[in-house]
Amino acid sequence: MGASQSGRVPEFQDLTDKTGFSIEQLKNLHNRFVYLTQDEDTLRREHLENMSDLALNPIRRQIIEAFFDSRNLGQKEKGCLQEIGFEEFVTVLAFFKPPKPHIAEEERKTIKKEKLRFLFNMHDTDNDGVITLDEYRRVVEELLSSTETLGAETAKAISDAAMLEVASETVGQMGPDEFYEGITFEQFMQILKDIEIETKMNVHFWNLETMHCGK
Amino acid sequence: MQLKTSAMALLRRFALLLALLIVFNTPCKVAALEEDIAEVGYSKSTATETSSNVTTITTLPIVIWKWHHVETPYLVALWILTCWLCKLVCELNHSFTSVIPESGLLIMMGFILGGIVWGADKAQTFKLIPVNFFYYLLPQIVLDASYCMPNKLFFSNLGAILVHAIIGTCWNAGTVGVALWACYEWGAMGTLNIGPLQFLLFGALMSAVDPVAVIAVFEEVHVNEVLYILVFGESLLNDGVTVVLYNVFDAFVSLGGPKINAEEIIKGIISFFVVAFGGSFLGVVFAILISMLTRVTKNVQVIEAGFIIVLGYLSYLTAEMLSLSAILSITFCGVCCQKYVNANMDEKSVTTLRYSLKVLANGSETMIFVFLGVSAIDKNIWVWNTGFILLTILFIIVFRFMGVFFLNWLLNMNRLIPIDITDQIVMSYGGLRGAVAYGLAATLDEAKIPEKNLMLGTTLIVVYFTVVLQGITMKPFVQWLKVKKATISDLTLNGKINNRTFEHTLTAMEDICGRMGDNWWTRHWKNFEDKYVCWLLMKSDARKQNDNIFGAFHKLNLEDAKNYVTVGERKGSLAFIRNDDNASVDFKKKLALEYANGMPDMSDMSEYDFGIDNVPVTSGMKNQIPSVSLDIHEQDSKRMPDLNAHHLLEQHLYKSRSNNRPTYSRSHYKESENPDEMQEIFQRTMRSRLESFKSAKMGVKPSKKISKHPKKDSTHKPNGKPADPNRIYPYGDEDFEFSADSASSSEIAGNFRRRSTNAPAAGVDNPAFIPEMDTSAPMRNPPWQTETAINTAVAASQRAQGRLPWTPTNLRSARSTDSIAMANASADEEAHEEKPGKHHTRL
Repeated sequence: MGASQSGRVPEFQDLTDKTGFSIEQLKNLHNRFVYLTQDEDTLRREHLENMSDLALNPIRRQIIEAFFDSRNLGQKEKGCLQEIGFEEFVTVLAFFKPPKPHIAEEERKTIKKEKLRFLFNMHDTDNDGVITLDEYRRVVEELLSSTETLGAETAKAISDAAMLEVASETVGQMGPDEFYEGITFEQFMQILKDIEIETKMNVHFWNLETMHCGK
Repeated sequence: MQLKTSAMALLRRFALLLALLIVFNTPCKVAALEEDIAEVGYSKSTATETSSNVTTITTLPIVIWKWHHVETPYLVALWILTCWLCKLVCELNHSFTSVIPESGLLIMMGFILGGIVWGADKAQTFKLIPVNFFYYLLPQIVLDASYCMPNKLFFSNLGAILVHAIIGTCWNAGTVGVALWACYEWGAMGTLNIGPLQFLLFGALMSAVDPVAVIAVFEEVHVNEVLYILVFGESLLNDGVTVVLYNVFDAFVSLGGPKINAEEIIKGIISFFVVAFGGSFLGVVFAILISMLTRVTKNVQVIEAGFIIVLGYLSYLTAEMLSLSAILSITFCGVCCQKYVNANMDEKSVTTLRYSLKVLANGSETMIFVFLGVSAIDKNIWVWNTGFILLTILFIIVFRFMGVFFLNWLLNMNRLIPIDITDQIVMSYGGLRGAVAYGLAATLDEAKIPEKNLMLGTTLIVVYFTVVLQGITMKPFVQWLKVKKATISDLTLNGKINNRTFEHTLTAMEDICGRMGDNWWTRHWKNFEDKYVCWLLMKSDARKQNDNIFGAFHKLNLEDAKNYVTVGERKGSLAFIRNDDNASVDFKKKLALEYANGMPDMSDMSEYDFGIDNVPVTSGMKNQIPSVSLDIHEQDSKRMPDLNAHHLLEQHLYKSRSNNRPTYSRSHYKESENPDEMQEIFQRTMRSRLESFKSAKMGVKPSKKISKHPKKDSTHKPNGKPADPNRIYPYGDEDFEFSADSASSSEIAGNFRRRSTNAPAAGVDNPAFIPEMDTSAPMRNPPWQTETAINTAVAASQRAQGRLPWTPTNLRSARSTDSIAMANASADEEAHEEKPGKHHTRL
C-alpha cells in the first residue's frame, strides 16, 4: 500500500479540486478508507455495517445507503451502487465539509441546498423525488426506536402529524379530491428553511493524523 | 395568557414568602444572640409593663404604638417595595427603556432615593452591604440564570465559555492590575498608598463582568445563539472565578509582600483551582441530590418547587462554609439539575419554580441596582483621583478587547464555525461591570488597604460608566455592526425530526471518518445518560416520556387544543357546547382543568405564532368548527387549558361532587377531578359521540378547510358554509374511533382503505384524514390512564422548544459573585446586617 500511496498524490490533487478537501485531509481519509475496507479497493455495505460504532445509530441503514446512492455522487442515473471507491467515499463526505467563514449569500444558499438535498435523499429511499408517508414513517420509527419506550404507534402518530404539518404549511388548501403524495424537495426546503443547516450539518475534518477509534 | 396570570397569582405567594424569609432570617442571623435575648427580654418586659399598666392604670389601652417591634422587618419590606416601585416607574414608558437600559434607569432612581435619604438624615443611612448582597440577593439571581440556562447550547460551548471565564478573567485581572501599578510608578496618579499587590487585588475585583444590561439588549435584538451563550455563560462563570481570584489576591495582601515566595504563589494557584473546581463539583453533588429528591416528592406537590430553591441555596451556603466557590456551586447545581427536575416534577411545580425563581431574581436584581445608586450618595466614599479613575476605565476596556480577541483567535483555530469578528467586538464591548465588582470593593478591608475608599469610588464610577454609557450604546452598536441574528423559528415537528436525523448522521459520519469529535462525545454521554444517569435521577414514567420529538408533538397538540377552545369560546361558549360535536370538547375541557395551570411552556408558547390564534376568529364565525387544525395534531386528545369552560361543563355534563367541596385546600392547588368523575364524563362523551357518528353518513366528504396556517386559513373563509352537514366529522370520526374501537373501527378502516385504493403510493389523501387512519398510542389509552405519563412528558418537552430559551423577556441573567469574600465581612458588620439590601451605617 505504501507504494500506491505515493502514487496517489496527483490523484489527490484532482480530488482536492473536486471536493475541496486538502491533501492532508485526503490522506487521512484515505487511511481511514483503507482501514474500513481492510485493504480492498472498494467499500461495500457490509464494511460499514460491521462497524461497531455505527451499531448504536438508529438510522444507520439510511446513512449507509447514502454512500451508495448514486444521486449523492453527482451521477445522472438513479439507483444504488453495490460498491464504491475512494473517490465516491470522499464525495459523500464532502457534503459535511464546513463552509468557509466568509461566503456570499448565493453560495451559502447553494451549500444549504446541497446539504438539504443529501438529507432529502436519505429519506427518499425509492428515488422518486417524493418522501411518501410510508418513507417518512419509517424514518420516524427508526429515529424513535432508540428510546424504545415510545412504541411504534406513537411513531406513526408523530410521522403522520409531521406529514400533515408539511402539507398544511406548503400546500395550504386542498380540494376534497386532491391527493397528497408526499413531501417534495421544494416543500422539504420550505419547512426546513429556518434551520441553519449550513452551520450545523458539518463535521470537523482534521488536518492532523486521525486516530482510529473502534471498529 | 390566562395561564400566565394564574401562575402569577400562585407566585405572588412566593414573593411574599421571599419577603418573609428575609425578614425572619435576618434578625436571627444578624442580631447577635444577646441582642435577640435582649429583644425578647425587652418585649417581655414591655408585656409585663403593659399588664402592670393594666393593673395600675384603670383604662385599657386600645392600641399601642410598637414601632421598635417591627422596625427592622418593616424597613426591609418598605425598601423592597420602594425598589420594586422604582422598577414599575421605569417600565411605565417603554420607549424610554428601549433607549436607556433598565439597569441604568434603576441606578438613576437610586441616586434620587439616595439624595432623599441624604437630605433627610444628612448622612447615608442605607447602603448595599456586601453580606446582604452575597447571602440574600445574589444566590437567587445565579440560581435563576443557571436553572434557565439553555442547557444544550451551554454544554456544547462549554469549552469556549470556560476559556473565556477562567483565562480571560485571569488575564483581565492581571493586566489591569499590573498596568495600573506601572502607571502609578510612572507617576500618573500622584502619591497613593497602594502597593503592587493591592493593585492586583483591585484588578481582580474589576474583572467581574455583569451581563444584565447586555443580556437585556441581546434578548431584544435576538443575537445569534452562540454569541448569546458565550456572553451569558462567560459572565455567569466569570463572577465565580473573580471571587476566587479576589480571595487569592486578598490572601497575598494579608500575607504582605516580603513573605511571598514561590511556594506561596504555587499554593495560591493550587487554591484557585481547588476552590473553583471544588465548588463546581459540590454543585453537581447537590444537583444529584435535588434530582433524586424530586423523584419522591409527588405527595407533597405544593412544596415541591420549594425544595429546589432551598437546596440550591444550601449548595451556595455549603460551598461558602467549605470556603469553596459558592457561585460556581450554585451555578452548576442549577445547570445540572434542570433536566431531571423538570422531568420529575409535576408541570405545575415546574411552572411554579420558574416563576418563583424569576420573582426572586428580578426582585433582588432591582434592589441591587437601586442600591448601587443609593450607595453613591455618600460623602465618605468619594476620594477623587482623576488619573486613577480614567486609567482604570481605559485599561478595563483595552484589556478586555485584547483578551477576547486573543482567546477567540485561539478558539477559532479549532472551531468548526469560527466566531465572527463582529461577534468578538460585541463580546468585548459587552464587558460591563456590575454589582459583583461593587460588592467585592465594599468588602475590602480598610486596615489592609488604606485607599479602600478610592477603590470603592472608582469601582462605582466604572460601574456607572459601563452600565449606563455602554448599556445605552450597546443596542445601536449591535445594530450598526449587523451582528448575526438568531433565526426565530417556530416549533415544528419536522424541524425536530430532521434535527435529530442530522445529529445521527453527523455522528455516523464522524464514526466513519474515525474521528472522536464533538458528536462522538455527545453521543457517548447520551448513551451513558440514558443508561445510568436517567435511571438514577429520573422517575420511571418521566424517563419514558423523555423524548424531545414526542415532547414537541405533545406540545403542538396542546397548543392546538388550546386554540380550539379559545376560538370556540369567542364564538360564544354555550352554542359551542351544545353543538353536535361538542361533547368531546367538553370532555377535553374537563380533563384540562388539572393541566390548566401546569403548563410551563404556555407563556413561552404564546410567543410562537402558530397562526391559529388570530385568524380562526373570523373563520370561526362562519364555520361550526372554528379551527380544523385541532384534531390534526390532537391525536392524543386531551386537556385544554381553559378554566373558564369549567362551569359550563359542570352544568351540562356532570354534577360533580366537587361542588360540595370547599374551594380552599391547604395542600392542593386546583385539585384535579377524581378519576371516577373523569371516567363517567368520558363514557358519556363517547356515548354521545357514538350516536352522532351513527347518525352521520359513513362516507363523509373531506372537509375543505384543513389548514394549520393562518394565511391559508383565511383563504377558505369564503367557502366556509355555516351549515355544512359534514363539518362535524373531523372530530367526530376521530373521537369516535378511539371511543368505540371495537364497534366500528373496522368501518373506519374500511373507509380509509377505500380511499387508499386511489392512492397506491400511500400518500395522504387529505390532511384531514390522517387522524382517521391511525390511532396514536396515547389515544388508545383512556386519558385517565395516560394523564400522569403525559403530565411529565410536557415537562420534558420544554427543552424541546425550537427557540432559544432566553426568550422569556424577563430572564435577566446573572451576575454573580462569591461570598467567600465575606470572610472579611467581619463580626462588627454582622452585628447590623439585618437588612438585605440596605443598612444603617453606624460608623
